[in-house]
Amino acid sequence: MATQMNPTGDNVIWTRLDAAANWARKNSLWPMPFATACCGIELMAASASRHDLSRFGSEVMRFTPRQCDLMIVAGRVVMKMLPVLQRIWLQMPEPKWCISMGACACSGGVFDTYAVVQGIDRFIPVDVYIPGCPPRPEQLIRAVLDLQEKIQQTGTVYGKEFASRTSPEGPPRFDRDEIERIRDRQPKKFQLPIYNPRH
Amino acid sequence: MTLIAKWQERLDALMPDDSRRWSEFRAQCRLIVSSDRLAATMSTLRDKCGMDMLIDVTAIDLLEYQGARDRFEVVYCLLNTESGERLTVSVYLNEPELTVPSMYSLWKSADWLEREAYDMFGIRFENHPNLKRLLLPEQFASYPLRKDYPMQGRGERHNFPVVTRAQS
Ligand code: SF4
Repeated sequence: MATQMNPTGDNVIWTRLDAAANWARKNSLWPMPFATACCGIELMAASASRHDLSRFGSEVMRFTPRQCDLMIVAGRVVMKMLPVLQRIWLQMPEPKWCISMGACACSGGVFDTYAVVQGIDRFIPVDVYIPGCPPRPEQLIRAVLDLQEKIQQTGTVYGKEFASRTSPEGPPRFDRDEIERIRDRQPKKFQLPIYNPRH
Repeated sequence: MTLIAKWQERLDALMPDDSRRWSEFRAQCRLIVSSDRLAATMSTLRDKCGMDMLIDVTAIDLLEYQGARDRFEVVYCLLNTESGERLTVSVYLNEPELTVPSMYSLWKSADWLEREAYDMFGIRFENHPNLKRLLLPEQFASYPLRKDYPMQGRGERHNFPVVTRAQS
């Protein structure tokens, strides 16, 4: 934090408003546990007594998105779950961040099947990815620390840093091989499906 | 007396039928019936042979299966809870006639089992009280466990709008 001692005494600290806001935000992240599979167990372990995530100021897991500012997606997200995930993400107030925990949430993992979304970063913005299947609680703690670092480095009091991050930064919605399979299905008039649940 | 012979004798005494076939594998007996005799056979098995529990209803897609002449096989696993006997009943089906009578009136457990088989294979169970998809979204139009459906799907898994910051 950019501080400097006041020559007039020790009771006054000079800082930037951004830095003060970031310092406050980063040390009280309230995670929204979006735990859909086995990684969720590691998420629970990370906040339990042995690893104790609360040492790093983010132990207040809330099950309502309205009170949270960090979404931890732990586990694979399937077709039926993705609209729920998006809705919860939209319900969280800004500023908000997202940790994608585990191979499944990052890339679909070993579940390259018709029902599993191949990485949530195709649909919502992700700040920190945690590899592993499942990642150790220490890795989750590392990710929280990294996110705190990121907030301290890039955050602004009015959330201006989000203006340039309007959409997800992952791969495009449809992979090339997927487009080929869609083309197989509708050879005559090919067009990418716009959102139309009638497949 | 082999297991098959025992079953054959028992069932022939109750309802003679020439079209039945039998097979046995590792002390498990399988009965193959034609789809039009299925309902009668199953109710005989339940009422006269004491097979009072329907454990599983599932289907097998035999496309490209070595030596198979039919496309689908619907499999029912039955159990007699008193004597512990088990019997597997299978029916072969071919397109476009993918219908079998529902077993819901005999065993209530058939409800969700048949819905799952419908969901994954598109087998229609006639007179089922609520034949709609069990696991997949209702708008899904394919049957994913059929062998001619690609394992990664046809784009259904990513057919969602992308959420932007402006929306939140
Ligand atoms: S990454 Fe591994 S542990 Fe985590 S949800 Fe996927 S399969 Fe489970």
